[in-house]
Amino acid sequence: MTDYTKQIHRCFRCGYCKFPSDYSDFNCPSYARFRFDTYSTSGRLWLIYAWLKGEIEWSEHLAEILYSCTTCKNCVEQCPMKFSSDIVDWIVSARSDMLEKEKGRIPPRVTSFLEDVYRLGNPLKERGKRDAWATGIKKYQPGDEYLFYVGCLGSYDEFGQRMARSVGALLNEAGVSFGILGNEENCCGNEVYLLGERELFQVLAERNIQKFKELSVKKVVTLSPHAYNAMKNNYPLVSNAYFEVSHYTQLLCGLLRENKIRPSRNKIKVTYHDPCFLGRYNKIYGEPRKILQSIPGIELLEMERNRENSFCCGGGSGNFVTDLLAGSKESPSRIRVREAYETGADILAVACPSCMTMLQDAVKVEELEDKLAVKDISQILTESL
Amino acid sequence: MLQLNFDPAKCAACKTQDCLVKCQYLHLDKDKARTEMQKIINGEDSFVLHDCVTCYACEEYCKMGNHPFYLIVERQEEKGILPAPRSIATMWINQCEPRGRFTVGKVEERALSFCFIPIFPFLATGKLFDGIASSYIMGEEFFCNAVFLHYAGMSVIKDRLPKVIENIAKLGIKELICLHDECYGTFNSLAPAYGMEVPFKTTHYFEYLYEKLKELKDEIKPLNVKVAYQRPCSNRLSPKTEHFVNDIFNLIGVHRVKREYVGENALCCAEVIRMGQGYKLADDVQKRNLDDMVKGEAEYCVFNCPMCQLNIGEKVAKRGIKPIHIIDLCKMAIGEKPALEA
Amino acid sequence: MTDIYKSLVEIVGEEHVSNQKEERYFYGRDPGLTPPHEPDYVVMPETTEEVQQIVKLANKEKIPIVPKGGGLALTGLVIPQKGGIVIDMKRMGKILEVNEKSRYVVVEGGVTHGMLQNYLKKHHPKLRHSIPDSPAISTVVGNAVIHGQGRLTQQYGFNSDMVSGLEVVLPTGEICRIGSHSISPYWFSRGAPWPDLSGLFLGWFGTTGIITKLGLRLYPAKKMRDVMVFLTDKIELVPDIILKLTHTEMTEDIVVNEQPLPPRMKGNIYILIIITGDSDEELDFKRKIIWDALWDIFESRDGGFLSVPADMKPPLLEMPSRDVVRFADVRKGGGFEYSGPIIPLEKYPEFITKQKELVSKYNLSYSATSRVIAGGHCMMYAFAFTFNRADDDEMDRIRKALREAAEFTVEQGGMMWKPTIEEQKMIIERMDPNTLKIMKKIKELLDPNGIMNPGNWEA
Repeated sequence: MTDYTKQIHRCFRCGYCKFPSDYSDFNCPSYARFRFDTYSTSGRLWLIYAWLKGEIEWSEHLAEILYSCTTCKNCVEQCPMKFSSDIVDWIVSARSDMLEKEKGRIPPRVTSFLEDVYRLGNPLKERGKRDAWATGIKKYQPGDEYLFYVGCLGSYDEFGQRMARSVGALLNEAGVSFGILGNEENCCGNEVYLLGERELFQVLAERNIQKFKELSVKKVVTLSPHAYNAMKNNYPLVSNAYFEVSHYTQLLCGLLRENKIRPSRNKIKVTYHDPCFLGRYNKIYGEPRKILQSIPGIELLEMERNRENSFCCGGGSGNFVTDLLAGSKESPSRIRVREAYETGADILAVACPSCMTMLQDAVKVEELEDKLAVKDISQILTESL
Repeated sequence: MLQLNFDPAKCAACKTQDCLVKCQYLHLDKDKARTEMQKIINGEDSFVLHDCVTCYACEEYCKMGNHPFYLIVERQEEKGILPAPRSIATMWINQCEPRGRFTVGKVEERALSFCFIPIFPFLATGKLFDGIASSYIMGEEFFCNAVFLHYAGMSVIKDRLPKVIENIAKLGIKELICLHDECYGTFNSLAPAYGMEVPFKTTHYFEYLYEKLKELKDEIKPLNVKVAYQRPCSNRLSPKTEHFVNDIFNLIGVHRVKREYVGENALCCAEVIRMGQGYKLADDVQKRNLDDMVKGEAEYCVFNCPMCQLNIGEKVAKRGIKPIHIIDLCKMAIGEKPALEA
Repeated sequence: MTDIYKSLVEIVGEEHVSNQKEERYFYGRDPGLTPPHEPDYVVMPETTEEVQQIVKLANKEKIPIVPKGGGLALTGLVIPQKGGIVIDMKRMGKILEVNEKSRYVVVEGGVTHGMLQNYLKKHHPKLRHSIPDSPAISTVVGNAVIHGQGRLTQQYGFNSDMVSGLEVVLPTGEICRIGSHSISPYWFSRGAPWPDLSGLFLGWFGTTGIITKLGLRLYPAKKMRDVMVFLTDKIELVPDIILKLTHTEMTEDIVVNEQPLPPRMKGNIYILIIITGDSDEELDFKRKIIWDALWDIFESRDGGFLSVPADMKPPLLEMPSRDVVRFADVRKGGGFEYSGPIIPLEKYPEFITKQKELVSKYNLSYSATSRVIAGGHCMMYAFAFTFNRADDDEMDRIRKALREAAEFTVEQGGMMWKPTIEEQKMIIERMDPNTLKIMKKIKELLDPNGIMNPGNWEA
């Protein structure tokens, strides 16, 4: 990764970062929400540079601008410049530096997020048992093929738990050898990393890697694309991680191919929302769709902004807790459910517990509860068995 | 000072004057051919120097191995005769100038040459290139420079090619598998014609593919498709490699359709002709070429040279024939997906 | 004393006003070389009525206002020279009407070129507009206000020539309808056959009013586009080449490029010719006519058509062309600015010679891009230089080069396009005094309190 302090001035503020490939709408979630140019990537990069040069001083507003970025990587996808792949890393690095140099002056909700992860092991202020959701799912034993890594939302959030149960049940149904860590599971640290708290991330990552090592874990399958991303892309930077990681949609896809899961006819109209950490971050677009298309009778309707042009639900970078983009009909999750509804689909399929919780809330606020159901892919598959 | 190994006595002794008689563009009888060739040998002006479309074919037609085409190129340059607009030659000279932006993989004694064509790293993948794909060279520093034959640029070749040979040899390469047909032709015809020693073995990628396919024989499922083969201009410099096309096709169950424009009578992709002679001749050549493929009911047009494929692939597709590179065809035969979208 | 901030909040809502340092910093700058001047407020209205209220407030309180679209003119035209209120128009993003039979669209003041293009492709695929190569976030209104040029400029003139009507909020707060729709529901004409009042607003950089709606002519969108590239190494032939090309009446855009990088471009002038057609036959026909038009030059070997391989065509045909912004990173520094005078065709050789002189004198990285306008009645010649934003010395050298370029333009009888404040002063110094008087009268009449983008066009 390049040293952002030496590169960040290269932004030309051309504004392509605001759009998807076809310019159909604004595709930067914070820009769509707030509409000041400062809330787009180019705004952030110019302000960070100004801060580095001492032209502007730290302020709460600067902090808010910086942390309202959901790190969805639409800008990385769209920026025409050679340095495009580094842009979000620059913002994350700047967050790290500001955390240090401004002595932790960050939005209170972000402070709270980080403190809760540090003290409670999750950002949701949950103090209860992490495996309270897990009826019928056994603990991981050395020798099990997969460790099913559930994550904080899967452990504590109502919708996340539903997803975790649903995936767990499907894996059981297909005879997959797996188990969970239960109370011994730690936060994956993906959001902590993106919020710039490097030291805490390091601790979390090392803890998890160590735990997997102790249990001789060779394969991890994650519920959340956030955890998938952290383990695949960031853990190797911390320490030698001797395990393979996959997302549950990849596993389910394989099980379908081997006929271990056989869906029956289900006449439903579904539209699929590509989560950022599966899609743009890791280029996984096909498997979730293959799962859906394996259901006889399904009609898969694509939103206009799909795959690498997917519009972020607004939950990334801890925003599924900090909710810095809430409070408007232009909040990204609300824009996204309206877009999903316009496809004519009855079901908005997700593959991420963060997207699930953001979009569930948005459906309520948009008063579309009777018209559009938000379900995760495993749930749709289960209902088709 | 590099000199062309040309022997006027061989032309004098030649009974057929095939170089110019067989020319698909100039239509000379034996007497006229002899006269014009003599003018060229003498360093006099000849309409041949002006009207040559630089298709390279006379290199093949000459049974004496006397390099009539290279002589034509030398004379064109000496006389300031431009076979194509000056600006296009300038573009090539600047585009291909070595500037330290080459890439070299984990080069071993046996290595692939990607020339400086960006498509090759994508084609050289899969089982066919297992164990060798990472041993490659690519960049202007390894570029064969034969393209300057189209632009009366023999002096550019003489200047750059020796360095290219040195760059390759310096890497310790003992066998270079040339994925670009023109590179192979350069090292086996053009370089020796000027007394340039090539201190490494060169293998045409056809031969490499053929041997590899024999190894993977059990994985081959005959494709049972009908194809037309698009022979590039550069293959005129190494006609002895042409048989591999049939050898490969036989191995993978591909049937060549009957064609008028085949072998020595093949038509090039004609885009160089367009740039040098204009659209009328180029359109005519392309029409005859494609009509010929369509008449034979070819399902695929198989390309040897990626430049030909980029140049006329779309036109081929519009005529209902699928363009495909021979490497991709071989991939299909062993159950792999083609690297390039049709 | 009026609390301006509070008044603005009452008009547009708290979420759409800022007096924070961050917004003032960003909106006080553009990606070019103009020194920054920060506004006091940035406001984002959503309706014409909100714009009207802002203008009335500003008039009452004598606060400068600067309407802003994409802010990508690069010549500092929306940098508030005297502080005040920057009005970011981009929340006014509705496409109001497309009339297919009369081929026009009506857009609000903040509609971006990117979104208009997408909208037409999706809903009216037989129609297109003249999209410029400035990034997709540039606004239709902003681009028209600066007399921008786009892909259809060679055929139909400046993008402002394609305006078919305006809704304007005057500096004194009245809302005016300009053109056919001042009397009819149709937006097919911006003035003719009556006095063309659009001339009071186009080209004035917001100093005479804020355009809140704009009618724009649309043109046939053919099914296919292709590109031909003609290369020559003889500068002096370029005007003749363009004359021959435009005589055919077969071309869409004609862009002339000269630049030292990438290496394949060195030493030649690249003439990009875009053609369109609904069938292969149509394209083939056009190709042949164009070839024939330049045949003499081809035969003389002074120029020729480059066969463009399939993989190299998409960037040349792209709309807008993303390659244009990549020029800003040649020096790895995120900056470029250009002086793009409008010049008579025959002056091309002098201008390119001058550019090379400036490049050598000031040691600069450059691109010379020119676009043919209205069949060759003139062309836009861009003295474009790219810089590293972290290199003050380089930026300074470019400022000097651009100043010399501007002086040269005036000497040669050209017209500076989207002139910087400094260049505007040069124009004012040399302009016919009676013409200047009219400009001054118009400004005073429409903007008696001098609140509209002050510093610009100050005669």
